[in-house]
Amino acid sequence: MANAHPISEPSPASAFYVTEEEHHGSGGGTLLGFWIYLMSDALIFATLFATYGVVSTNYAGGPGPRQLFELPLVAVNTAMLLLSSITYGMAMIDMEAGRKRATQIWLAITALFGAAFIAIELYEFSNLIAEGATPQRSAFLSAFFTLVGTHGLHVTFGLIWIAVMLVQVAQRGLVPENRRRLVCLGMFWHLLDVVWIGVFTFVYLLGALR
Amino acid sequence: MFEQSIWKTVFGRLTWESFPIHEPILLGTFIVVALLGAATLGAVTWFRLWGWLWREWLTSVDHKKIGIMYMILGIIMLLRGFADALMMRAQQAIAFGANQGYLPAHHYDQIFTAHGTIMIFFVAIPLIVGLVNYVMPLQIGARDVAFPFLNSLSFWLTVAGAILVMISLFVGEFSRAGWLNYVPVANLENSPDTGPDYYLWALQIAGVGTTLSAINMVTTIIKMRAPGMSMMKMPVFCWTALCSNVLAIAIFPVLTGAFALLMLDRYVHTNFFTNDLGGSPMMYWNLVWIWGHPEVYVLVLPVFGIFSEITSTFSGKRLFGYSSMVYATVVITILSYLVWLHHFFTMGSGASVNSFFGIATMVISIPTGAKIFNWLFTMYRGRIRFELPMMWVVAFMLTFVVGGMTGVLLAVPPADFVLHNSLFLVAHFHNVIIGGVVFGLFAGMTYWFPKAFGFKLDPFWGKVSFWGWVIGYWVAWTPIYVVGLMGTTRRVRHFDDPTLQPWFMVAAIGAVIILVGILAFVIQIAVSIKNRDKLRVTGDPWDGRTLEWAIPSPPPSYNFAFTPVVHDLDAWDDMKARGARAPAGGFKAIHMPRNTGAGVIMSAIALVLGFAMIWYMWWLAALSLAVLLIYSIAHTFNYDRDFFIPADDVAREEQARLAGGEA
Repeated sequence: MANAHPISEPSPASAFYVTEEEHHGSGGGTLLGFWIYLMSDALIFATLFATYGVVSTNYAGGPGPRQLFELPLVAVNTAMLLLSSITYGMAMIDMEAGRKRATQIWLAITALFGAAFIAIELYEFSNLIAEGATPQRSAFLSAFFTLVGTHGLHVTFGLIWIAVMLVQVAQRGLVPENRRRLVCLGMFWHLLDVVWIGVFTFVYLLGALR
Repeated sequence: MFEQSIWKTVFGRLTWESFPIHEPILLGTFIVVALLGAATLGAVTWFRLWGWLWREWLTSVDHKKIGIMYMILGIIMLLRGFADALMMRAQQAIAFGANQGYLPAHHYDQIFTAHGTIMIFFVAIPLIVGLVNYVMPLQIGARDVAFPFLNSLSFWLTVAGAILVMISLFVGEFSRAGWLNYVPVANLENSPDTGPDYYLWALQIAGVGTTLSAINMVTTIIKMRAPGMSMMKMPVFCWTALCSNVLAIAIFPVLTGAFALLMLDRYVHTNFFTNDLGGSPMMYWNLVWIWGHPEVYVLVLPVFGIFSEITSTFSGKRLFGYSSMVYATVVITILSYLVWLHHFFTMGSGASVNSFFGIATMVISIPTGAKIFNWLFTMYRGRIRFELPMMWVVAFMLTFVVGGMTGVLLAVPPADFVLHNSLFLVAHFHNVIIGGVVFGLFAGMTYWFPKAFGFKLDPFWGKVSFWGWVIGYWVAWTPIYVVGLMGTTRRVRHFDDPTLQPWFMVAAIGAVIILVGILAFVIQIAVSIKNRDKLRVTGDPWDGRTLEWAIPSPPPSYNFAFTPVVHDLDAWDDMKARGARAPAGGFKAIHMPRNTGAGVIMSAIALVLGFAMIWYMWWLAALSLAVLLIYSIAHTFNYDRDFFIPADDVAREEQARLAGGEA
């Protein structure tokens, strides 16, 4: 053993052990871990996108995207979500500056835009179902409702999370734990925007061309 | 009428007929399990161990204890999965001509489904995750994983999934659709019973646990390595654990997605995988195999890491070709994502597509072959000690290479058209999984057991177990290769051709020899515990080379009183060669995560949720979902999650160990 080491004198402990513990910066691991989680979530969306791609023309004699999609409504909805990302960015600027009140206000505004997005989406869904375009009607509609609905479910969870953060920031202020959580929530919220851009392009715009 | 509707509201589709009291095999099993369970619970109560169990184990966030619990789960489920294997072997050995065997078709189908599901999801995965959990943080010189609570939650979610599979044995039916719950058999119209639902909920709950665990391990490896340990100074086992877990993160979401779509098909009647209204059953096959093929490498990569550590330690040499080993691991990780279609060349995707996937599959054998040569060259001119872990390594190399070669054979699309769904294929994947993953897990358990418990495993019973497994494997699977090559298909309950019977009888004898190996392993553990004082070891019983051997066995809860500083690959070997000594004084308080019951409680609620959904008890499902959500949110209001072990306590613990002749 140990044929590669010419040194044989005992070395001081400090060369092989950290004798003065430094404090580990908290949060770095959490942000990386959360980012990896987001990538796994993005893969779930990738799966749903791929599924949609495979069956997107399997109308089974039912309605297709051209008859169903109302682009103006979707445009308004897209605006809601994009604006909510901007307002979340404003919340982060205030958080960095340590302004608790302003952070809370921007978070609340973000939640309002998110809620508007969900409301419009539910309105769109209920219209489709009323027209007979239900998720059970064809594989295309199954995939459409699942892809868009999964995104909507994520936004809903984001809204619950914002509500929880509003309470926790009110209780404890912008302590390091809450800052870390707000950064994670921000990454989550912006990823949903990115996914929505994909939905908007791939489902609605391409669908309108079909 | 009214009573019936109340019953339906409360219990969904659960009725007295759901309990298989008319099936003697199941009833007998149930009685045995119930007696064993009652005896265990009774013993825990009698010895007043509930408080201890709760404080020290169930709520523990210590990666070492979670690792040990993963191993226990895997071993228990191995016994269940192997019982299924014995039943299938017995059925196939006798069911020829007029003899229908002893298993009715619907029961036989559940057994082969449960066997595959359990062996991969609740044996191989927990055992691999358990070893990584225990060993990897020690090898990188860390005090815990990046997210200790998440680790506990991951484990208990896996347990919840395993419990659901076990419940299906006695309440209702399990899936009959094969180990990946294939459509169209698993579609609602073909399986309106609870079988596929048990499967889906068990695996979704366990799958969330596996994904979270993988995220945890990757973050730990990237963020928590000891100072000086650059990526290329990391032990090979950590590299393989990293690649395996990256791969798991890349594939489990796809499986979760596929299962979620099948759930939608079964619960709200969407048309993803149906045969009409535009659904596509083959889409399910593609999705589950995008998970399924890389999964093989999720399991086998860490095992390659185990073999690397053992070969180098027991040859007394640095691993031959460390960097080529790392690159080979990374290449396998990437390629494994590009081969899934070889599981159904017969789908009809055309010659070009099949060629691509066939060639990609064959290419994987190059980095894998490089690894075999690296191990051989490590042994070459080494001072080899043929102790039990090293015996497993040699058995692995001899067995696994054959499995690899039959795999390359199956990767040739025209050959696969003949061998698709044959027993030749079944023999191939048992060859690589038993010869690779299982042998590696036994090697790893034997190797690291003394680290975890402070005494070695009894070598005599270990050798009995070793020979039982190795001889049993070859006796059981060689005949299956033969009949498979002759064209016998898989998942068959009864045969008309009596000339096949001798082969299946030999296979059954092989299974019994493996049983000897498994029983010997259980006896080995019992004997070792009994003789533990004679088998007692110090921190470094094998003359190890990596950091886990630098600390006492079993390690203290904080692992390292002083975080080591790494200068070289095989850090502990380097430290020994240069006479490094851990400081004997000047201990500092150590920052550690606090135990929490949240993981167990959330998993228990998830278990109830799954059970309620399987049996259509909607009120209970809604209730448990709401409770789960509220409990999770409430958990985030707990900001007090860590504490310091006082320096005096650390000093006392370390000095006690020094006095005891350890370290």
